[in-house]
Amino acid sequence: MSSPASDSASTSPSTTYPSTTTAPTEAGVAGALEAVLSDQQAGWLADARARVSAAPTQVGAVFPAVRRSCGAGLLPSPDATLSGWTVDDAARALLLVDVARAGLPPDDLAREVQDLYRYGDAAERRAVLRALPLLDAVLGDRALPVVTDALRTNDTRIVGAAVGPYAASHLDADAFRQAVLKCVFVGVPLASFSGLSERADAELARMLADFAHERIAAGREVPADIWLVLDRFPEAVETAGLREELSSPVPERRAAAQRALAGHDAAVAQEG
Amino acid sequence: MRIFDPHIHMTSRTTDDYEAMYAAGVRALVEPAFWLGQPRSNVGSFVDYFDSLLGWEPFRAAQFGIEHFCTIGLNPKEANDPRCVEVLDLLPRFLAKDRVVAVGELGYDSMTKEEDEAFSRQLELALEHDLPVLVHTPHRDKAAGTRRTLDVIKEAGVPAERVIIDHLNEMTVAMVRDAGCWAAFSVYPDTKMDEHRMVRILQEHGLERMLVNSAADWGRSDPLKTLKTGRAMLEAGFSDDDVDRVLWLNPVEFYAQSGRLTLEDESIETGASATFQGSSVLRGARDN
Repeated sequence: MSSPASDSASTSPSTTYPSTTTAPTEAGVAGALEAVLSDQQAGWLADARARVSAAPTQVGAVFPAVRRSCGAGLLPSPDATLSGWTVDDAARALLLVDVARAGLPPDDLAREVQDLYRYGDAAERRAVLRALPLLDAVLGDRALPVVTDALRTNDTRIVGAAVGPYAASHLDADAFRQAVLKCVFVGVPLASFSGLSERADAELARMLADFAHERIAAGREVPADIWLVLDRFPEAVETAGLREELSSPVPERRAAAQRALAGHDAAVAQEG
Repeated sequence: MRIFDPHIHMTSRTTDDYEAMYAAGVRALVEPAFWLGQPRSNVGSFVDYFDSLLGWEPFRAAQFGIEHFCTIGLNPKEANDPRCVEVLDLLPRFLAKDRVVAVGELGYDSMTKEEDEAFSRQLELALEHDLPVLVHTPHRDKAAGTRRTLDVIKEAGVPAERVIIDHLNEMTVAMVRDAGCWAAFSVYPDTKMDEHRMVRILQEHGLERMLVNSAADWGRSDPLKTLKTGRAMLEAGFSDDDVDRVLWLNPVEFYAQSGRLTLEDESIETGASATFQGSSVLRGARDN
């Protein structure tokens, strides 16, 4: 174990982890939506928001109809915190902001969020996950069960939406490392993983280097984005014995090691 | 040949089937909620199943370039089990979802009083949610069951053009067409209907409001029966346009009545991170 401090911190469920990752803002979401909704769509959303503001428990009835009423395309926005968001994600996030603002006690808000996720289809679940940073001030870590459920799926849309700023702030050290490994495993790009540069540690590097070694031993590809972490912990690469694989008697293993370490060189060149 | 399979139970099929279906031209399908072979013993079993039809299965299909939609309903067989009937109270929650393009499969298995009640209640739900209906006809006493089905639909006030009556054969096709409903045929390896009988029915009754499906599930069945029927049509002298009408345009026309048939949906992400080789379906199956 590399970091006793963070490990002991992880036993406290209410810990918030330091992260410089920027989170989406309500103004950013609303602005991006305004630019893309037709008058009819904007009218529907205004009505829905008024309805939810007046009676927050109505959100469950409104939530499934968002996509049909506002659209489902990618949300065009120069705002990097909204990268990959769709129009329905954004509209649903604003409805959740309204629920949070309607004065529900935090535990009731958490239950509403969990119900929307529990009874949501894949698109609704993705929207709930993406909206969590906007609710963080009220929710604290109360929505963590939603994130951990999402991280148990193999649906890359759900996993990718789960590893945003909220997860970066609230997952404990073990869960954070497992989330990174899960992304590598199912093919969610690490470039979109919030808080990775702040929270990556030597233990995560060891796990990723072992994963790379297992892939090389099988003659398989190693995703290049693991070098986002491994480059900062070169001792993990040495300890895992990746370089020794370059002289393996098995040709497939030698070739896989060459390809994997070439990914490393490319990443270094890109940084340089 | 582009193919829309309007009735197939992919939950029971393998990724080999998805690959073969894509290669055959299948680009979209509807998976009706139905019986799983092993009877369910509680409502939670349905909830997980419906969630899967709205979550995991469309994701799995998308990895293979196929758009997945579903129908939601309590099937007639399990409508007879009091432990399952309570699922009717939960249906509105699922009928509100985007990828649900009809209520179904409904209808009769043994034509019991319980089946009658579940059928009528779900026809009301279809009207409330402005959704079309997919009706299963019984395997035993099919003609009588089909006649009773058409009566119940008429009484409920569901417009005939918004109803599919499925698993038809030579004995039941005429009454369904006379009633104005869509006529669907499940082409099976050796039971309900085969592709050559199917061609004769199309020659006799025309192509309008006709649907061909594989109804492939956990039993002996073939997800490529749509393709094989298309080939049999061509061999019998039907044109490419005729085949396209039956295997693509007709199912699109029917399910588009839901207002929720969003083909080439941008929401299905099949980008670089989810290609065949990189897919978590393939990798997950191998590594988990």
